[in-house]
Amino acid sequence: MSKKSIRNDWRLIESMIDPKSKVLDIGCGEGGLIKQLEASIHSDTRGIEIDPELTRKAIAEGLSVVQGNAEYDLNQYSNQSFDYVILSQTLQVMLKPKDVLNELLRIGAKAIVSFPNFGHWKIRFQLLLSGRSPITEGLPYKWYESPNFHFFTIKDFQDLCKKSNIVIEKSIGLTSKGNQFDLDKKVLGSNLITSEAIFLLSFQKFETIKIQSKQKSFYNTSAIVR
Amino acid sequence: MTHKVEIKKNEKLTCDIAFFSNTNCNLDSGYHLENFKIAYKGFGKLNRNRNNAILVCHALSGDQFVAGKNPITNKDGWWARMVGPDKPIDTNKYFVICANVLGGCVGSTGPKEINAMTNSHFGTDFPSITIRDMVKVQKYLIDALNIEKIFAVVGGSMGAMQVLQWTIDYPDKLENAIHIAGALKHSAQNIAFHEVGRQAIMNDPAWNKGSYKDTETKPERGLAVARMIAHITYLSDDVMHRKFGRKLQSRDIISFGFDADFQIESYLRYQGKSFVERFDANSYLYLTRAMDYFDLTENFSKSVEFSSQHNKHINYLVISFTSDWLFPTKENKQIVNILNYNTRKVSFSEIETDKGHDSFLLDEPELDLTISGFLDSNFIRLQDK
Repeated sequence: MSKKSIRNDWRLIESMIDPKSKVLDIGCGEGGLIKQLEASIHSDTRGIEIDPELTRKAIAEGLSVVQGNAEYDLNQYSNQSFDYVILSQTLQVMLKPKDVLNELLRIGAKAIVSFPNFGHWKIRFQLLLSGRSPITEGLPYKWYESPNFHFFTIKDFQDLCKKSNIVIEKSIGLTSKGNQFDLDKKVLGSNLITSEAIFLLSFQKFETIKIQSKQKSFYNTSAIVR
Repeated sequence: MTHKVEIKKNEKLTCDIAFFSNTNCNLDSGYHLENFKIAYKGFGKLNRNRNNAILVCHALSGDQFVAGKNPITNKDGWWARMVGPDKPIDTNKYFVICANVLGGCVGSTGPKEINAMTNSHFGTDFPSITIRDMVKVQKYLIDALNIEKIFAVVGGSMGAMQVLQWTIDYPDKLENAIHIAGALKHSAQNIAFHEVGRQAIMNDPAWNKGSYKDTETKPERGLAVARMIAHITYLSDDVMHRKFGRKLQSRDIISFGFDADFQIESYLRYQGKSFVERFDANSYLYLTRAMDYFDLTENFSKSVEFSSQHNKHINYLVISFTSDWLFPTKENKQIVNILNYNTRKVSFSEIETDKGHDSFLLDEPELDLTISGFLDSNFIRLQDK
């Protein structure tokens, strides 16, 4: 991925966040995004990063970042303890993206998810014409070296959100040239020209139901669509 | 506070000793400690804002000579590679304080010192002490030095235990806490190793129920064995294999006897021998016991959860080592999890090394970078406030 697109990504994420919010960045790398959020909109940030080297770089920046694996270390965060949970360019490397997506919205009131769109026309053409796994700016790896487990498109993601009772509050597409447009407006062909998509998500209105059992009482968040 | 304090230079120990009298210091055991002394050494200078003090808490076998020369061993201080001018904990920038713990044997009140009541050595008449007691007397020292707020408390192993205790007992006295290779509690396995060490000392006839000072013969063999056992727990299988393997010591063939045929045997014997020259056997009993009694499983989470207003400001840094089986990553992570569960400002780094628990004292560039980066960036932040 080129540097330019990373910055675009961050700028758009920042635009989705209210000032002075509590933000958790999952897969925060060396903490560039959260550092920017702290400086520009006074976010109170935390980060988690799997790579020891990047984690240490983030710590040396004075950021509160823990080394850990988003796949099974997210259970240490309590319910609704953050205003926003960010998962930037990471969903496609998760073994169980659906579970992770649910975790994001358990921890945070809102989630911001960005990913490379596998439905981009260049990818479709490459596969169609060459008959080989596509390599693009956003997905620059050979199939046998790629850290990405899952290849999905904007439509795939929208379907999953619908199925999981997740509301898409905002969604923005970025073309490979860095132009941005609203994905909510259902522009024809947006799935073709978006190389990278950013979603602001929340759970559909929930009601907490307390269920009493003989042994113990526990809480179950079942979706009740109002 | 009605207690009195007098700070004197000690030429022989090349450090300062703070004498506290008429104190109201009650130990966890119920013992009332009216007078006590704390031997400590400062490195660097306290700045005008008095906000650059770093308290380093030493481990079981450590002392106040964290940097510079140790006058007893004539070797470098135990963390001289971490603390000093232009070192990761830079004494050009920070004022580093290191105090010999309560119950220690390098100038602070402990079993080796004279009991004013009886005019002979305390020996096993010394009250049982805990990590909390150690921290309590350190707090007396920090107050005596007129330091309102410590910039950071730093420690590994038994030092890490003190760091956690500081964050619970005196959270408003500190800004940052660096906890290296520690745990919320001393595990059953760790207590077991300590018990073997203590049995080695107490079964040495020279120990004489702790009053060996009077007979002028010290339980050196017992203490050396205790140190040898403990030293094994500070290493790892991999590092022993890498450094010693099955290599023989100054010989080409095995002796068919019980000499130190193998290099590892010779190494451990040397470790034991050099330890008894500088450490007191009774002190070893007391300090290992203090570690055994350490258990913050309940108190730490309670303190983080319920006294949130007091310790919310603290930046925590937790560091563990992959090959440390005495205080493994798993146990360090428990602390991180509690802090994260309560959305505290915590950083955590696991450093990949084969050097075992001792890694925190050894050449680990990643450890240096993490500590200096954490301290320096938070110090800049503090100045900006």
